[in-house]
Amino acid sequence: MSLKIVVLAKQVPDTRNVGPDAMTPEGTINRSALPAIFNPEDLNALEQALRLKDQFPGTTVTVITMGPGRAAEVIREAMYRGADGGYLLTDRAFAGADTLATSYALATAIKHVCPDVDLIIGGRQAIDGDTAQVGPQVAEKLGLNQITYVEGVKEVKEVKGVKEVIATRHIDGGVETVESPLPCVLTVNGSAAPCRPRNVKRVMKYKRCLAPMELAPDTTFAELPYAEQYEKKPYLKLGQLTCADVNADLQQCGLAGSPTKVKNVENIVFKAKESKVLSGSDEDVNGLIKELLNDRLIG
Amino acid sequence: MANYYNDIKEIKFELENSPLMERIVELKERSFEDKDQYDEAPQDFADAMDSYDKVLDIVGDITANVVAPNAEDVDAEGPHLEKGRVSYASKTYENLNAMRSAGMNGMTMPRRYGGLNLPVTVYTAANEIVSTGDAGFENIWSLQDCIETLYCFGNEEQRQKYIPRVCAGETMSMDLTEPDAGSDLQSVMLKATFDEENNCWRLNGAKRFITNGDSDIHLVLARSEAGTRDGRGLSMFIYDKRDGGVDVRRIENKLGIHGSPTCELVYKNAKCELCGDRKLGLIKYVMSLMNGARLGIAAQSVGLSQAAYNEAIAYARDRKQFGKAIIEFPAVAEMISNIKARLDAGRALLYQTARYVDIYKALEDISRDRKLEPEERAELKQYSRLADAFTPLAKGMNSEYANQNGYDCIQVHGGSGFMLEYACQRIYRDARITSIYEGTTQLQTVAAIRYVTNGFYSQVIADYEQLPYAPEYETVMARIKAMAEKFNACTTAVKEAENQDLHDLCARHLYEMAADVIMCHLLLQNASKAPELFGKSLQVYVNLAEAEVEKHASLLSKMNVEQLENYRQQ
Repeated sequence: MSLKIVVLAKQVPDTRNVGPDAMTPEGTINRSALPAIFNPEDLNALEQALRLKDQFPGTTVTVITMGPGRAAEVIREAMYRGADGGYLLTDRAFAGADTLATSYALATAIKHVCPDVDLIIGGRQAIDGDTAQVGPQVAEKLGLNQITYVEGVKEVKEVKGVKEVIATRHIDGGVETVESPLPCVLTVNGSAAPCRPRNVKRVMKYKRCLAPMELAPDTTFAELPYAEQYEKKPYLKLGQLTCADVNADLQQCGLAGSPTKVKNVENIVFKAKESKVLSGSDEDVNGLIKELLNDRLIG
Repeated sequence: MANYYNDIKEIKFELENSPLMERIVELKERSFEDKDQYDEAPQDFADAMDSYDKVLDIVGDITANVVAPNAEDVDAEGPHLEKGRVSYASKTYENLNAMRSAGMNGMTMPRRYGGLNLPVTVYTAANEIVSTGDAGFENIWSLQDCIETLYCFGNEEQRQKYIPRVCAGETMSMDLTEPDAGSDLQSVMLKATFDEENNCWRLNGAKRFITNGDSDIHLVLARSEAGTRDGRGLSMFIYDKRDGGVDVRRIENKLGIHGSPTCELVYKNAKCELCGDRKLGLIKYVMSLMNGARLGIAAQSVGLSQAAYNEAIAYARDRKQFGKAIIEFPAVAEMISNIKARLDAGRALLYQTARYVDIYKALEDISRDRKLEPEERAELKQYSRLADAFTPLAKGMNSEYANQNGYDCIQVHGGSGFMLEYACQRIYRDARITSIYEGTTQLQTVAAIRYVTNGFYSQVIADYEQLPYAPEYETVMARIKAMAEKFNACTTAVKEAENQDLHDLCARHLYEMAADVIMCHLLLQNASKAPELFGKSLQVYVNLAEAEVEKHASLLSKMNVEQLENYRQQ
């Protein structure tokens, strides 16, 4: 048995390492101060896909990411770790998309590039938006089952010609094991296995991979350094899809397809309102212990 | 995200700023003959350098994010022994898996066997980086370079059998030491006998202090010639763990490098293969093995020095006393400056040595396939001599520096440094072995001293004096030249005494003088190109080296034949 797997990945600003200049005075993200990284939970998702590829030879792992030219870095990064290839979904018409428009674009792209997909795996959520909506919405748009908050894929098997996945998912106070026929969408938790490192031979092989969007305006592959390599090795040209390529309905894309409107953004500064100052005296410490016991914060 | 390669600009500088690098890549890549055959092979020099940078970026990433965070737990847990088999500390497996899936094994091996065909210089950098994260883990991982000896002296069948396995992540060990054969390997007694019936060799006996002794593939030094007692009766064998016959009797309880299992091995009629020719085990193969291993320990030592520097400076910036960070006190800042100066000087020596090794090894490898041109033969001879002369300097000096730096690192921490909560105590303990194994510093002196007495170091120093340097360092150059004169004068005096005991007594001092002067020159070259990185270290190191040279000169002036008796102990 081999599988066709699509991994959904996003390039995000590294909000985990926020410096003092991370926000503009207007309260929006200062993207230039935050390095762009592979969304952490999408790496957990990629690892689940790669484990299945290890287990079932012939399995293909294709990454789809939506974003500007530089987002192709996510595809390269995934290929360094073991993915077979990927597509950059890029078009001005996709810009300004909320989760609904994003999932529409992704679902449309999946139907186009991998109509017979077995598994679609993505991270639970991206660290820039924290919505956890895109994965489930992609499943809905494609009419597929979904398993969210996945901790790990336990098994994929074929029973009487039907492929099935068994996965564990994180729930409050425990772990649930669920089963679904394929195709199916999985969204993976950050507590799942970490992604394997970049493999050095793959890095050497794929380091020159580029999506057309990454080229400077009016430049072709033939004008790049090592141009002959792009001729000889087609895998160096990454897949790129526009709105038209995937026959997407413009009304459902980008800003036009996004019912979410940001009304305003407030900069919140935490202030201590009900603070108390305690001395180190036995009396004060005993008082604090009693108070915490009464509030059932300790006990 | 932290990265132990990108965060340390000096390593990148060492890789990119030597005029030898282009020649190394040209030789190692054989004029890029692999470029159409292997997707990962470089197209040209710039492409190769770019790939090396990417290799080290991955090593730096894994070290910072897997190896270093695991180091404390690995140190506390250590390996276990059960029924004659070793299991590593649990997080050592995480480290090994990360390295294996990144493909960081068999790094210097040719691509046709699954290797990365990296120059020794790049592999050395990887070694240094990993050691900064955890020197004990570096030990296990870097034993992969034993494969170099199998590649050089094994037959094609053995190469094809073993090299791909090492490239896929199987580990190695070199089984040399025995209870009565430590520094004196000529006394090795492990018995190798030929089993006529099964047409193979068999090993019987015991080995001691074997690093990673339960590895997958062992290179074993054993006595194949019954009745002999010296080095000429020893041959090298390959033992494959898959064949069985070697058990681990004990894991040593050590002061440092806890993650690395040091084993006592029992060979019970273990099947093995002869590697290379009989009787050349010690005189040729082990010498080659040891030279590679010594460069590895030099890299491990530099990594430890970097770790000592990182810990010392972080603590000194953070710790406040008398209302300010302790780094602001000159007495503390001096210790950190000294660590940094020894680190930069030692690192410069490490990479210069690695580059010399690279050129000679690559030419030697070419000579296995075709006859070298006369100028290539001359080049091979020159660089093989330089490599041979520099390896004991790099190993001895860097291992001693790692110890001093570990000591100063604890001192910077004050009382906290003596507590087990801080990493500095592990660095201090791990550094201690570096000046002992793969030949003590005293034995490095033995290996190097002929290059003192035959004038080779003096010639190298004289050549270095001719290199262009930045004009602002004119007084520095003058001071280094004065140091070299002292070294030459001391050498002459010792030689003229014509007394072997005196010569042996003075050797260590002459050895250090040569190394001090050479490191001054290498730092001067570095500072001339990148004063922002090396300017301070150059000045501090020349101050230190000058005082050292003075000290040695003073001692040597007193160490005459009449004084010999005072240095004899009953």
